[in-house]
This record gives sequence, structure tokens and C-alpha cells, in this order.
Amino acid sequence: MQLTQRAKPVDRSPMTFLESLYLWNIVKGMAITFRHMFLKKATIQYPEEKRPFSPVFRGLHVLNRDAEGRENCTACGLCAVACPAEAITMEAAERLPGEDKLYREEKYAAKYEINMLRCIFCGLCEEACPKDAIYLSQTFAPANYARKGFIYGKQELLIPHPIEQPEAYQKALGDRQPSSRNANQPVA
Amino acid sequence: MVIAAVTLWFILEKVILIASIIGLSFFIAMYTTLAERKIAGWMQDRHGPNRAGPFGILQPLADGGKLFFKEEITPVTSNRFLFLLGPALAMIVALVTSTVVPWGAPVITATGSIPLQVADVDMGILIVFSVVSVGVYGIMIGGWASNNKFSLLAAIRGASQMVSYELPMSLALIAVLFMTGSLKMSEIVSYQMANGWNIIYQPLGFLIFFICALAECNRTPFDLPEAENELNFGYHQEYSSMKLGFYLFAEYINMFVSSAVMATLFLGGYDIPFVNEANWGLAPWLYSLISFSVMMAKVSFLLFVFIWIRWTIPRFRYDQLMNLGWRKLIPLALFNMVLSAAILLWLKS
Repeated sequence: MQLTQRAKPVDRSPMTFLESLYLWNIVKGMAITFRHMFLKKATIQYPEEKRPFSPVFRGLHVLNRDAEGRENCTACGLCAVACPAEAITMEAAERLPGEDKLYREEKYAAKYEINMLRCIFCGLCEEACPKDAIYLSQTFAPANYARKGFIYGKQELLIPHPIEQPEAYQKALGDRQPSSRNANQPVA
Repeated sequence: MVIAAVTLWFILEKVILIASIIGLSFFIAMYTTLAERKIAGWMQDRHGPNRAGPFGILQPLADGGKLFFKEEITPVTSNRFLFLLGPALAMIVALVTSTVVPWGAPVITATGSIPLQVADVDMGILIVFSVVSVGVYGIMIGGWASNNKFSLLAAIRGASQMVSYELPMSLALIAVLFMTGSLKMSEIVSYQMANGWNIIYQPLGFLIFFICALAECNRTPFDLPEAENELNFGYHQEYSSMKLGFYLFAEYINMFVSSAVMATLFLGGYDIPFVNEANWGLAPWLYSLISFSVMMAKVSFLLFVFIWIRWTIPRFRYDQLMNLGWRKLIPLALFNMVLSAAILLWLKS
């Protein structure tokens, strides 16, 4: 029974005289390897050259701010619930008077940690977030010497301030803008 | 007192020559390792090592330095003396072979001519063969002293392979010696300068010699003694640090020397092809320099072919190896020898 169209019958006929000498076939093989010396190399020389990411690449998480530089996250915990790898933990806190330049709504994440060793970069947190506070960027987690170094806190995750550090903000934003589903909604 | 002065000068000359040839062997072997990795990379559509220095030219130094700093492990159950002797013997034998190879035309000075050859003995090529035969002890002793099954198997394989392939090698050589009529390396070269290269008259002999040289150097397709996949690096499995480095390095020096011997025997040695360089009227030192570079070009070409073959064809199975050696190469070499003898007799009568 033929399973695929690619099946090839094995040639078990005895070798011809030319084949039994090996030499001619060795010369043919050497011609192939010689030609390959001058072909284009497949290597991407990593630190200098980088492989372009696909437009749907999901890399490290970024905690987003709005246009005025206020944190979007309200510590609702939907991302942690959605996370299949249980990589996200957070602690909520209430916004105090005078902090309204820091946090967009009256509840915020005092602690927000993602364990990058657990994370499977599925992007379900991004889908679950009602405030557009978390999205996956186009960089991946760099190597580290200790496990501790892979637990990313707010320090690492929060996007730079768009007004105070506009260049770093644009860089962290990358080519992909977070969807503006909630970004320009007035604060409730 | 004059005799003493001449002797002193002679010793000095030889010491300088020996030192430079050993230095040259090491240098070439070092850069053959880089060439091996570079060419392997190119043939597999990669770049090869290119991080240490421009184009990776410092890579051999980095490799050597790494080997020096590696922990040296001697297995408890091994025979310590023989365990040390193995790599030492492999290295010494590899270096000694180059004594009789003429590296270039003699330098003619006011006081006489200085041959670019350590010893131009009457039985030059026989020295090469006898020393190469000792080379098998490096593998055997190393493999046996490791007290490891894989190493022992590899040593047995290596020994039988080298013994089997020395036979067709010598038989192919005899046909060459029929023509040149001398075992002296310098005379073999001067014969070829006068009558054309031996490869033109002995293509089959060259082919057999080349295949056997591959086997003698334990190069692919005959690298059974160090078969990575089934014998786990074979006879140098238990070796670490620079003792391993000696084995690996000796292999490359062997390649270099056997390329030099093949260039001398079949490719005209330091003869410059297609021209009669005697008519140029060059300064002797310049002529020596050019002939030395021509010799090096031939050696480099042969080294390239060695590497090229390694990255093209897979290893022979053990029975295929023995079959090829005993049932194909030896009859072929005998046929070549008889044919050459018959033709020479017919031409002379």
C-alpha cells in the first residue's frame, strides 16, 4: 500500500563496474562539496545580524502607561487568572490622594511579577487585560546566571515614561502599538 | 682545526634547519586545524570559526591555550608510563619523518651549498617508511595503556589498518623506484626535474599511494581508530589536556609530512612546473626561496585534498576497509608494479 507520493523504491541491483570502483562517485561527491564552498552561507551572525521577527512574535511583557505616563494596570488579576503557566503574581494597592499622576485609576498594582522561566509566551494575559495594561513586546528574555534573575518585577516590566523619556518609550513600544481599545477612554 | 670549524658550522647549520623544520611543521599543523574547520564550514554552508581575530586566525592559539588549561586526568587503572609514552611517541614519530624531505633547492653560498634537507641519506624513502611504521605504536600503546575497551578496540583496529595499508603503499612506491633508480629523496626530485613528474607515468601508483596515505594518517574515510560514533573517539578517549592535544596535533603533522612525501615522490618535489628554471639565472637564494614556495604550494594543495575528502565521504565499515586494502589495492599495486617493470624493460632493450 502506498502511503505517500514521495516513496521511492530502493535500488538493490548489483553495482556496475564503475560504481564498484567507488572513485567516480567519490569524484561526483567532491564536486558537490566543492560547489558548496562558494554558495551563500546560511548562518546569521548573531550579535551583528539578527533574524527578523514575525509580525505576530510574542516576546517579553511590557506594562503599559497611557499618553500622560500613568500606569494602566488596575491589578484586577484577570491576567493571572488567564495565565496557563501561573507565571503572574500581583498585589493590589489603593491610589492615595496626590498619586493621580502616577496611576490612571484608583487601584493599582503595588507589586507585579512575572516569572519568565514559567511563562510560555502564549499572550493570553494580553488578551485577558481589559485595560490594555500588558502586552508582549518584540524582545526576548536575556540570559541570566541565576533563577532569581528571571523573576521580572515592575522595575523591568514597566514601559519608560512617555513624556520624561520619550525616546526610550518609543523604543520599548517597538513596531507594534498596543491596540487602542482602552487607551483613550476617559477615566471612569 | 679547520676540520673542527667546518664540523661546528655543519652542526650549527643542521640545528638551525631542524629547528626551522620543526617550527614549520607546528605552524602548518596549527593552521591546518583552522583550515580544516574553515573548509568544513564552507562545505556545509557555514562560515567556520571567525571570532578569534580577523577571519579567525587566532583560533588555533585559542584551541591550544584551552588544551593547556584543561584538567589533566590519568585513569587510575591505566599504566602510567605507557599512558604518557603513547602521545609522546605519536608526536616524535610524526616529527622525525620530515628529516629526509627536501624542502627546496640547495642554497649555494661562497663556502659551498647548503641543502634544505636535514639528512640526504641514500635510503631516504625507506627511513620514511620505517619511521611511519613505528607510528602505529603511538596508537597501540595509547589505546592499550588507557585500560578501556573502546580504546583497546580502536588500537587493534588502528594497528591492523596501518599494517594492511603499508603493503599496497610500498608496492606502489616500488614502481616509482623502478623509474628513478634511487631511494635518495634528492635524486628522486632531480630525476623528476629532468624527466617530468612521476604522476604522469604512475597515475595509478599515485592513486594507490594517496589512498594508503589517507589510511596511514587515520583520515576519513579510514578514520576507524577514532570513530566518534561507535568507539567514542577511540584510542584517545581517556586522554585529556595537552596529551590529547599531542595526539590531535600529531595527526595534523602526519598529514603535513605525508603531503610533503607525496609531493616529493609524485609531484616533482620543489620543481617549478612548465618552466626550465635553470635558465633564469636567478640569485641562488632567490631560486631556493621560489622552489621552497612551490613545494609549499604543492603541500597545501594536497592538504586541501585531504580535508576536502574528509568532508565529502563517510567512513568505511571495518570489513569494507579490509576488503579494499587486501583484495583491491594490493592486487592493483602488484599489477601496477609488474606493468611498470615490463614497460621499463621493454624501453631499455
